Amino acid sequence: MAFAGFMFYIFAAICVACGVMVVTSRNAVHSVLFLILAFFNAAGLFVLIGAEFLAMILVVVYVGAVAVLFLFVVMMLNVNFTELRRGAKNYVYVGATLGGILFLELAIVATSWTLGPQMSAITLGPVVGAVSNTRSIGQVIYTDYVYLFQGASLILLVAMVGAIVLTLRQRAGVKKQVIADQVSRSSKDELIIVKVDSGSGI
Amino acid sequence: MEIGLSHYLAVAAVLFTLGLFGIFLNRRNVIVILMSVELMLLAVNINLVSFSAFLQDLTGQIFAMFVLTVAAAEAAIGLAILVVFYRNRASIEVDDVSNMKG
Repeated sequence: MAFAGFMFYIFAAICVACGVMVVTSRNAVHSVLFLILAFFNAAGLFVLIGAEFLAMILVVVYVGAVAVLFLFVVMMLNVNFTELRRGAKNYVYVGATLGGILFLELAIVATSWTLGPQMSAITLGPVVGAVSNTRSIGQVIYTDYVYLFQGASLILLVAMVGAIVLTLRQRAGVKKQVIADQVSRSSKDELIIVKVDSGSGI
Repeated sequence: MEIGLSHYLAVAAVLFTLGLFGIFLNRRNVIVILMSVELMLLAVNINLVSFSAFLQDLTGQIFAMFVLTVAAAEAAIGLAILVVFYRNRASIEVDDVSNMKG
Protein backbone atom coordinates (compact mmCIF):
# COMPACT_ATOMS: atom_id res chain seq x y z
CA MET A 1 0.00 0.00 0.00
CA ALA A 2 2.89 2.30 0.78
CA PHE A 3 4.27 1.55 -2.68
CA ALA A 4 0.95 2.52 -4.28
CA GLY A 5 1.01 5.80 -2.35
CA PHE A 6 4.56 6.45 -3.45
CA MET A 7 3.65 5.74 -7.09
CA PHE A 8 0.62 8.04 -6.81
CA TYR A 9 2.84 10.95 -5.81
CA ILE A 10 5.31 10.15 -8.62
CA PHE A 11 2.60 9.97 -11.29
CA ALA A 12 0.74 13.01 -9.97
CA ALA A 13 3.89 15.13 -9.73
CA ILE A 14 5.05 14.24 -13.25
CA CYS A 15 1.53 14.75 -14.62
CA VAL A 16 1.22 18.24 -13.12
CA ALA A 17 4.77 19.19 -14.11
CA CYS A 18 4.04 18.09 -17.68
CA GLY A 19 0.86 20.15 -17.62
CA VAL A 20 2.92 23.20 -16.63
CA MET A 21 5.39 22.50 -19.43
CA VAL A 22 2.58 22.06 -22.00
CA VAL A 23 1.26 25.55 -21.40
CA THR A 24 4.59 27.33 -20.87
CA SER A 25 6.82 25.63 -23.44
CA ARG A 26 8.13 27.90 -26.20
CA ASN A 27 8.26 25.16 -28.81
CA ALA A 28 4.92 23.63 -29.79
CA VAL A 29 6.56 20.27 -30.54
CA HIS A 30 7.83 20.17 -26.96
CA SER A 31 4.30 20.99 -25.81
CA VAL A 32 2.92 17.98 -27.66
CA LEU A 33 5.62 15.70 -26.27
CA PHE A 34 4.92 16.89 -22.72
CA LEU A 35 1.21 16.35 -23.37
CA ILE A 36 2.01 12.73 -24.30
CA LEU A 37 3.99 12.30 -21.07
CA ALA A 38 1.11 13.81 -19.08
CA PHE A 39 -1.30 11.31 -20.69
CA PHE A 40 1.01 8.41 -19.83
CA ASN A 41 1.17 9.49 -16.20
CA ALA A 42 -2.60 9.95 -16.06
CA ALA A 43 -2.88 6.40 -17.38
CA GLY A 44 -0.60 5.36 -14.52
CA LEU A 45 -2.96 7.06 -12.07
CA PHE A 46 -5.87 5.17 -13.64
CA VAL A 47 -4.04 1.86 -13.21
CA LEU A 48 -3.37 2.69 -9.55
CA ILE A 49 -7.05 3.37 -8.97
CA GLY A 50 -8.11 0.12 -10.64
CA ALA A 51 -9.37 1.37 -14.01
CA GLU A 52 -7.01 -0.62 -16.22
CA PHE A 53 -9.19 -0.63 -19.30
CA LEU A 54 -9.58 3.13 -19.33
CA ALA A 55 -5.85 3.54 -18.76
CA MET A 56 -5.09 1.48 -21.86
CA ILE A 57 -7.78 3.32 -23.85
CA LEU A 58 -6.20 6.60 -22.73
CA VAL A 59 -2.82 5.51 -24.03
CA VAL A 60 -4.23 4.16 -27.29
CA VAL A 61 -6.60 7.02 -28.08
CA TYR A 62 -4.74 10.02 -26.72
CA VAL A 63 -1.13 9.04 -27.30
CA GLY A 64 -1.70 6.89 -30.35
CA ALA A 65 -4.19 9.08 -32.17
CA VAL A 66 -4.78 12.55 -30.76
CA ALA A 67 -1.23 13.46 -29.76
CA VAL A 68 0.21 12.09 -33.01
CA LEU A 69 -2.39 14.15 -34.89
CA PHE A 70 -1.23 17.24 -32.99
CA LEU A 71 2.37 16.37 -33.76
CA PHE A 72 1.60 16.01 -37.47
CA VAL A 73 -0.19 19.34 -37.62
CA VAL A 74 2.49 21.18 -35.63
CA MET A 75 5.21 19.84 -37.89
CA MET A 76 3.19 20.35 -41.08
CA LEU A 77 2.39 24.03 -40.54
CA ASN A 78 5.26 26.36 -41.21
CA VAL A 79 4.55 28.72 -38.32
CA ASN A 80 6.96 30.64 -36.15
CA PHE A 81 5.72 29.61 -32.71
CA THR A 82 8.05 31.86 -30.74
CA GLU A 83 6.65 34.84 -32.64
CA LEU A 84 3.15 33.75 -31.59
CA ARG A 85 4.13 34.03 -27.92
CA ARG A 86 4.90 37.71 -28.27
CA GLY A 87 2.80 39.61 -25.77
CA ALA A 88 2.00 36.48 -23.76
CA LYS A 89 3.21 38.21 -20.59
CA ASN A 90 0.26 40.59 -20.76
CA TYR A 91 -2.08 37.68 -20.22
CA VAL A 92 -0.16 36.03 -17.37
CA TYR A 93 -1.84 38.11 -14.68
CA VAL A 94 -5.41 37.80 -15.92
CA GLY A 95 -4.86 34.09 -16.54
CA ALA A 96 -3.35 33.57 -13.11
CA THR A 97 -6.16 35.54 -11.47
CA LEU A 98 -8.94 33.63 -13.19
CA GLY A 99 -7.10 30.33 -12.72
CA GLY A 100 -6.59 31.09 -9.05
CA ILE A 101 -10.27 31.90 -8.57
CA LEU A 102 -11.25 28.69 -10.37
CA PHE A 103 -8.76 26.67 -8.30
CA LEU A 104 -10.09 28.16 -5.06
CA GLU A 105 -13.64 27.26 -6.07
CA LEU A 106 -12.58 23.74 -7.01
CA ALA A 107 -10.72 23.41 -3.68
CA ILE A 108 -13.80 24.55 -1.76
CA VAL A 109 -15.96 22.04 -3.60
CA ALA A 110 -13.42 19.24 -3.25
CA THR A 111 -12.99 19.70 0.48
CA SER A 112 -16.59 20.28 1.49
CA TRP A 113 -18.66 17.82 -0.54
CA THR A 114 -20.49 15.00 1.17
CA LEU A 115 -22.22 11.94 -0.18
CA GLY A 116 -26.00 12.04 -0.22
CA PRO A 117 -27.66 9.50 2.10
CA GLN A 118 -29.62 7.91 -0.76
CA MET A 119 -26.49 7.61 -2.88
CA SER A 120 -25.98 3.87 -2.45
CA ALA A 121 -29.53 3.22 -3.58
CA ILE A 122 -29.07 4.89 -6.96
CA THR A 123 -25.79 3.27 -7.90
CA LEU A 124 -26.24 2.57 -11.60
CA GLY A 125 -23.43 0.18 -12.38
CA PRO A 126 -22.22 -1.44 -9.18
CA VAL A 127 -18.79 -3.05 -9.33
CA VAL A 128 -19.18 -6.79 -8.98
CA GLY A 129 -16.39 -8.42 -7.08
CA ALA A 130 -14.02 -10.97 -8.68
CA VAL A 131 -14.71 -9.68 -12.20
CA SER A 132 -11.95 -7.84 -14.02
CA ASN A 133 -12.36 -4.18 -14.84
CA THR A 134 -12.49 -4.74 -18.60
CA ARG A 135 -15.09 -7.49 -18.31
CA SER A 136 -17.35 -5.48 -16.02
CA ILE A 137 -17.16 -2.43 -18.29
CA GLY A 138 -18.08 -4.64 -21.23
CA GLN A 139 -21.01 -6.08 -19.32
CA VAL A 140 -22.36 -2.60 -18.60
CA ILE A 141 -21.59 -0.84 -21.88
CA TYR A 142 -23.17 -3.46 -24.15
CA THR A 143 -26.35 -3.68 -22.11
CA ASP A 144 -27.33 -0.53 -20.24
CA TYR A 145 -25.41 1.95 -22.37
CA VAL A 146 -25.65 0.33 -25.78
CA TYR A 147 -27.47 3.28 -27.38
CA LEU A 148 -24.97 5.77 -25.97
CA PHE A 149 -22.21 3.50 -27.24
CA GLN A 150 -23.72 3.57 -30.74
CA GLY A 151 -24.11 7.33 -30.44
CA ALA A 152 -20.42 7.64 -29.59
CA SER A 153 -19.50 5.64 -32.68
CA LEU A 154 -21.76 7.90 -34.74
CA ILE A 155 -19.95 10.95 -33.33
CA LEU A 156 -16.64 9.46 -34.41
CA LEU A 157 -18.02 8.70 -37.89
CA VAL A 158 -19.30 12.27 -38.28
CA ALA A 159 -15.96 13.62 -37.06
CA MET A 160 -14.09 11.47 -39.56
CA VAL A 161 -16.29 12.50 -42.48
CA GLY A 162 -16.13 16.13 -41.37
CA ALA A 163 -12.34 16.15 -41.12
CA ILE A 164 -12.00 14.57 -44.58
CA VAL A 165 -14.51 16.95 -46.17
CA LEU A 166 -12.82 19.96 -44.59
CA THR A 167 -9.31 19.12 -45.67
CA LEU A 168 -9.97 17.57 -49.09
CA ARG A 169 -9.29 19.93 -51.96
CA GLN A 170 -9.37 19.66 -55.70
CA ARG A 171 -6.36 21.33 -57.25
CA ALA A 172 -6.52 22.52 -60.82
CA GLY A 173 -3.86 21.29 -63.22
CA VAL A 174 -2.92 18.17 -61.31
CA LYS A 175 -3.17 14.88 -63.21
CA LYS A 176 -4.98 12.26 -61.23
CA GLN A 177 -6.09 8.74 -61.93
CA VAL A 178 -9.85 8.64 -62.58
CA ILE A 179 -10.86 5.02 -62.16
CA ALA A 180 -14.36 5.53 -63.60
CA ASP A 181 -12.97 6.94 -66.85
CA GLN A 182 -10.56 4.06 -67.16
CA VAL A 183 -13.19 1.42 -66.54
CA SER A 184 -15.81 2.97 -68.81
CA ARG A 185 -13.52 3.11 -71.84
CA SER A 186 -14.52 0.67 -74.53
CA SER A 187 -12.31 -0.99 -77.10
CA LYS A 188 -14.63 0.24 -79.90
CA ASP A 189 -13.64 3.89 -79.24
CA GLU A 190 -9.93 3.32 -78.93
CA LEU A 191 -9.03 0.49 -81.28
CA ILE A 192 -8.99 0.71 -85.10
CA ILE A 193 -8.36 -2.34 -87.23
CA VAL A 194 -6.79 -1.47 -90.55
CA LYS A 195 -6.57 -3.95 -93.38
CA VAL A 196 -3.22 -3.51 -95.03
CA ASP A 197 -2.62 -4.91 -98.50
CA SER A 198 0.63 -6.76 -98.71
CA GLY A 199 3.41 -4.78 -100.25
CA SER A 200 1.66 -1.39 -100.10
CA GLY A 201 2.08 -0.29 -96.50
CA ILE A 202 -0.05 2.33 -94.86
CA MET B 1 -0.46 8.14 4.22
CA GLU B 2 -3.48 6.57 2.59
CA ILE B 3 -4.28 7.88 -0.87
CA GLY B 4 -7.91 8.91 -0.87
CA LEU B 5 -10.39 10.45 -3.25
CA SER B 6 -9.35 13.95 -2.27
CA HIS B 7 -5.81 13.34 -3.56
CA TYR B 8 -7.11 12.48 -7.00
CA LEU B 9 -9.51 15.43 -6.93
CA ALA B 10 -6.58 17.70 -6.10
CA VAL B 11 -4.58 16.46 -9.10
CA ALA B 12 -7.61 16.92 -11.36
CA ALA B 13 -8.23 20.43 -10.02
CA VAL B 14 -4.60 21.44 -10.62
CA LEU B 15 -4.68 20.05 -14.18
CA PHE B 16 -7.96 21.80 -14.94
CA THR B 17 -6.61 25.10 -13.65
CA LEU B 18 -3.46 24.63 -15.73
CA GLY B 19 -5.60 24.10 -18.80
CA LEU B 20 -7.49 27.33 -18.16
CA PHE B 21 -4.23 29.18 -17.51
CA GLY B 22 -2.78 27.79 -20.74
CA ILE B 23 -5.68 29.17 -22.75
CA PHE B 24 -4.91 32.66 -21.45
CA LEU B 25 -1.13 32.32 -21.72
CA ASN B 26 -1.22 31.12 -25.34
CA ARG B 27 -4.10 33.32 -26.38
CA ARG B 28 -2.77 33.72 -29.90
CA ASN B 29 -1.80 30.14 -30.69
CA VAL B 30 -4.73 27.90 -31.63
CA ILE B 31 -2.74 24.66 -31.39
CA VAL B 32 -1.69 25.20 -27.78
CA ILE B 33 -5.24 26.30 -26.92
CA LEU B 34 -6.50 22.97 -28.28
CA MET B 35 -3.84 21.18 -26.21
CA SER B 36 -4.98 23.08 -23.10
CA VAL B 37 -8.55 21.96 -23.79
CA GLU B 38 -7.28 18.38 -23.97
CA LEU B 39 -5.61 18.89 -20.58
CA MET B 40 -8.90 20.11 -19.11
CA LEU B 41 -10.74 17.10 -20.54
CA LEU B 42 -8.08 14.85 -19.01
CA ALA B 43 -8.72 16.48 -15.63
CA VAL B 44 -12.45 15.82 -16.04
CA ASN B 45 -11.68 12.20 -16.86
CA ILE B 46 -9.53 11.85 -13.74
CA ASN B 47 -12.42 13.22 -11.69
CA LEU B 48 -14.93 10.82 -13.25
CA VAL B 49 -12.69 7.77 -12.88
CA SER B 50 -11.67 8.53 -9.30
CA PHE B 51 -15.28 9.01 -8.20
CA SER B 52 -16.19 5.82 -10.06
CA ALA B 53 -13.44 3.88 -8.30
CA PHE B 54 -14.07 5.21 -4.81
CA LEU B 55 -17.88 4.94 -4.97
CA GLN B 56 -17.73 1.46 -6.56
CA ASP B 57 -19.91 2.56 -9.46
CA LEU B 58 -18.81 1.78 -13.02
CA THR B 59 -20.91 4.53 -14.60
CA GLY B 60 -18.16 7.07 -14.11
CA GLN B 61 -15.75 5.01 -16.18
CA ILE B 62 -18.33 4.58 -18.94
CA PHE B 63 -18.81 8.34 -19.08
CA ALA B 64 -15.06 8.89 -19.07
CA MET B 65 -15.01 6.76 -22.22
CA PHE B 66 -17.63 8.99 -23.83
CA VAL B 67 -15.66 12.09 -22.83
CA LEU B 68 -12.64 10.47 -24.49
CA THR B 69 -14.65 9.88 -27.66
CA VAL B 70 -15.81 13.48 -27.81
CA ALA B 71 -12.27 14.70 -27.10
CA ALA B 72 -10.89 12.66 -29.99
CA ALA B 73 -13.60 13.92 -32.35
CA GLU B 74 -13.05 17.50 -31.20
CA ALA B 75 -9.30 17.28 -31.76
CA ALA B 76 -9.78 15.85 -35.26
CA ILE B 77 -12.31 18.49 -36.33
CA GLY B 78 -10.39 21.32 -34.64
CA LEU B 79 -7.13 20.41 -36.33
CA ALA B 80 -8.88 20.01 -39.70
CA ILE B 81 -10.34 23.51 -39.35
CA LEU B 82 -6.89 24.74 -38.34
CA VAL B 83 -5.27 23.21 -41.44
CA VAL B 84 -7.92 24.76 -43.73
CA PHE B 85 -7.48 28.12 -42.02
CA TYR B 86 -3.72 27.95 -42.38
CA ARG B 87 -4.13 27.15 -46.08
CA ASN B 88 -6.27 30.24 -46.60
CA ARG B 89 -4.47 32.76 -44.39
CA ALA B 90 -0.97 31.27 -43.88
CA SER B 91 -1.36 31.97 -40.16
CA ILE B 92 -2.80 30.30 -37.08
CA GLU B 93 -3.20 33.40 -34.94
CA VAL B 94 -6.51 33.71 -33.16
CA ASP B 95 -6.61 37.45 -33.90
CA ASP B 96 -6.54 36.73 -37.63
CA VAL B 97 -9.80 34.79 -37.44
CA SER B 98 -11.84 37.86 -38.26
CA ASN B 99 -13.43 37.04 -41.61
CA MET B 100 -16.89 36.86 -40.08
CA LYS B 101 -16.37 40.01 -38.00
CA GLY B 102 -17.45 38.11 -34.89
